[in-house]
Amino acid sequence: MLLRHTTSEIKERAALTVNPAKTCQPIGAMYAALGVHGCLPHSHGSQGCYAYHRSTLTRHYKEPVMAATSAFTEGASVFGGQANLLQAIDNIFTVYEPDVIAVHTTCLSETIGDDIPQIVNKARSEGRIPEGKYVFHANTPSYVGSHVTGFASMTKAMVDYFAESAAPKSKLVNLIPGFVEPADMSEVRRIASEMGIASIMFPDTARVLNGPLTGKYKMFPEGGVTIDQLRQSGSSMGTIALGTLASAPAGLAMDAKCKVPCELLNLPIGLHDTDLFVDTLRRMAGVNVPESIDLERGQLVDAISDWHAYLYGKRVGLVGDPDQLLALARFLRALDMKPVYVVTGTPAGKRFEEALRETLSGVTDEAHIAVPGDMFLFHQWIKNHPVDLLIGNTYVKYIARDEDIPYVRFGFPILDRMGHSYFPSVGYRGALRLLEKILDAMLDRKERDSTNSNFDLVL
Amino acid sequence: MAMPADKKQKSLTLEGKDLARVRKQLLAKYPPKVARKRDKQIVVNRVAPDGTVPEIQSNVRTVPGLISQRGCCYAGCKGVVLGPTRDIINITHGPVGCGFYSWLTRRNQTDPDSTPDGHNFMTYCFTTDMQDEQIIFGGEKKLKQAIQEAYDNFKPKAIAVFSTCPVGLIGDDVHSVCREMKEKLGINVFGFSCEGYKGVSQSAGHHIANNGIFTHVVGTDDTVRPGAFKINMLGEYNIGGDAFEIERLFEACGLTLISTFSGNSSIDKFANSHTADLNLIMCHRSINYVAEMMEKKFGLPWIKVNFIGAEATAKSLRKIAQYFGDEALMARTEAVIAAELPEVQKAAAEIRPRTEGKRAMLFVGGSRAHHYQELFNELGMVTLSAGYEFAHRDDYEGRRVLPAIKVDADSRNIEELEVHPDDTRYRPRISADRISELQSQGIPFADYEGMMPEMAQGSLVIDDISQHETEKMIAMFKPDIFCAGIKEKYVIQKHGIPMKQLHSYDYGGPYAGFKGAVNFYQEIDRMVGSRVWSYLKAPWHKNPELAAKYGFEG
Repeated sequence: MLLRHTTSEIKERAALTVNPAKTCQPIGAMYAALGVHGCLPHSHGSQGCYAYHRSTLTRHYKEPVMAATSAFTEGASVFGGQANLLQAIDNIFTVYEPDVIAVHTTCLSETIGDDIPQIVNKARSEGRIPEGKYVFHANTPSYVGSHVTGFASMTKAMVDYFAESAAPKSKLVNLIPGFVEPADMSEVRRIASEMGIASIMFPDTARVLNGPLTGKYKMFPEGGVTIDQLRQSGSSMGTIALGTLASAPAGLAMDAKCKVPCELLNLPIGLHDTDLFVDTLRRMAGVNVPESIDLERGQLVDAISDWHAYLYGKRVGLVGDPDQLLALARFLRALDMKPVYVVTGTPAGKRFEEALRETLSGVTDEAHIAVPGDMFLFHQWIKNHPVDLLIGNTYVKYIARDEDIPYVRFGFPILDRMGHSYFPSVGYRGALRLLEKILDAMLDRKERDSTNSNFDLVL
Repeated sequence: MAMPADKKQKSLTLEGKDLARVRKQLLAKYPPKVARKRDKQIVVNRVAPDGTVPEIQSNVRTVPGLISQRGCCYAGCKGVVLGPTRDIINITHGPVGCGFYSWLTRRNQTDPDSTPDGHNFMTYCFTTDMQDEQIIFGGEKKLKQAIQEAYDNFKPKAIAVFSTCPVGLIGDDVHSVCREMKEKLGINVFGFSCEGYKGVSQSAGHHIANNGIFTHVVGTDDTVRPGAFKINMLGEYNIGGDAFEIERLFEACGLTLISTFSGNSSIDKFANSHTADLNLIMCHRSINYVAEMMEKKFGLPWIKVNFIGAEATAKSLRKIAQYFGDEALMARTEAVIAAELPEVQKAAAEIRPRTEGKRAMLFVGGSRAHHYQELFNELGMVTLSAGYEFAHRDDYEGRRVLPAIKVDADSRNIEELEVHPDDTRYRPRISADRISELQSQGIPFADYEGMMPEMAQGSLVIDDISQHETEKMIAMFKPDIFCAGIKEKYVIQKHGIPMKQLHSYDYGGPYAGFKGAVNFYQEIDRMVGSRVWSYLKAPWHKNPELAAKYGFEG
């Protein structure tokens, strides 16, 4: 057994987290910043932070992940990190020449109390920021929230720093995709463009973290929202913010700052939340939904009807990030599956928990929810009453192996399989892909456990 | 002692490129202050007849904004040294990230069923998940409770606590918490003040880990285990199963391995490691402190070994046998080498025509950039340039420069333990006469000659290489293979150059010992020969003109 010390006896824990179902804010901020064109994320802390974040993102994407650090030493930790950040800004613009630097803080610099805007102003007044180049920032102390809130804060910073209010409003729609994969961002944009809607998406990591191999390395790849687009986003006709935890702060800030009305939706994972996304887009932009989208939707419904028998009533355990969990649980309910255990490490709040409970209200087995919880508790629940399917990030594979339960990788990080950066899990096509993965896992298991007599050719 | 770095370098060239100009190009884009600093960390290798090499500045601060490979003190302490020990509950005291990122990400393999209790906590991540409340009011209470909960849930033999950056700033006294809980729970509980900002790299964390393990664990169990030739293996972390292969060879030779620090290790084995008769050091950088302290306190000498490369493995095994001076042991060792070597040589001979003359660059770690040159040599490959991520001058130039190393403020903050011979347990394992006799036979004790004396004249040595310098080196030399870590991997490969991770070995290994050498030969053969690098251009980019042809004309 890999997790040989996990038993079914659940003892109350208030201080010790075991096998966390979250990580810290700065990595989310770094990921979001990579979705700005020509941007170098900068970690204002000791160099271990950026090394860990770059490593984890690299293992997840199998792509270069560039970022810089203030490289705090003991001295900087005592006297403050101003000198380090000023020097870093200088060096970065001289040596690496990005268009933008996106600074995020860490537990270290937040505990010291470094004032980033003041330091950036000083850098500007000292001429360290070249003409036409930018430095923006988000406060992301690691002891608050999770990687999801770090992403949300950096995304909001894009609005705070760059969006410019203007009238009249344009025909553009802002799309805030949430903490999702580059392929998901492309798919969200594709759906909008299929409907004839021009959009500005931020952040946008497509073609940054799923780039081609050409023999030529570009430190600042093709993708990413440009600063010009971020400026223009303030004059868009509306914003659709996908995922409350990851996108609401930016969407609401846009509304407040630039009077761009914001619709806050779940991530478009699964049938109903994609329906909601498409319908909202349609009404916001005043367009008809083209037949091509009807076709995609119809294919998904068709597949659900074809395979329903294998899904019906199956118990599922989910670990992941709040926005994903809520939409995924809704999708599983739409498939007549039973998400019985749901855990996120992110402190997502009462309203999230209520929404999740409401989603699970039709599940007749007793549903267990931990917000926040950890994977050790999740595993203990499974020890007490197993499930038919596990869905979660790569760390869940240890539980899946020990308990011999079919398992679908979904979430962050995925360190051991390909696909997530190329194939979406949002939209109708994404839902088809999720359905395929779920069925593959469950049917492989069914066949593994079949006797020779009941091993069927046709399923 | 060391030669000035800049003298007489103009005449040296590397692949026809004037090295003075190469250095200039590496530094050209830097602001003057940065260029002055990096200038001392980029050195053209020249080996004098007496083995001295130019001085290279190392173990100094990374320049903010320059993008280096380095990690932090916590990573070196928890991640590298203590991480591979399976039966300690390692609690990261701090916000969630540090514990999360160091959870199972280093490919340290372990075999829990090789110790009777079967404890294995390496698959778990334990953290106090510090919140703003603790930042404001202190985290000691939560830490105390976390230790209690770890004990209640898991009943471990030992619990270790690792401090992250904010812990040091808010002033939590983890050591007094550990002492209190040790007394309360009756198990070994100890802490490490390995806040990420300490020192200039992982290296500080190694030192702190060494101090902690020596203070709290080594020598706590005096049980003498049976076995004639008792050794400890230091600085071997069982990445990809290296330690398993080395253990296999030790067993075949008839050596008794008391403890490894810390691949496939158990805290119980650290506890009586002082009863061994010889310490072997693989990774000099991360573990030499423990070896020195054990020698001072308990009297076991240490020698540097290297099990990366078939020749190096054979040489190291012979050194060990020679140390014990036992005829039967020497005979068995020769028999093992004779049995194992032919297969390795056969593999090398088969692969070598495809790898001969290919050129490598290695920028990694505190010893691997040196050790892996052995394997490349065995494949007939050339190391154009190498450097360490977090090493000190002694790892480059050899321990002979130790007295000349200036201790700066960053290193001075890392405690240097004062160690004295143990009143009852100090026992020199061999006499001074025997030591000098062995030394005259070519077994240097307590010595490491460093990487540079073994590198070619005119190869380029770069300490703490930056992203910018990496790019320049690739553009100038276009090596056939590049070795570094995960952060560098895909940057290099986007250039169309294969990149081998020498921290985690990508998915592969073991690469140590004889079987490991064969694995590595095959891996490098696969990588430098892979056809994928020829797919980069689409046919229409190779041949943009428009012309009609039949399909079968190709």
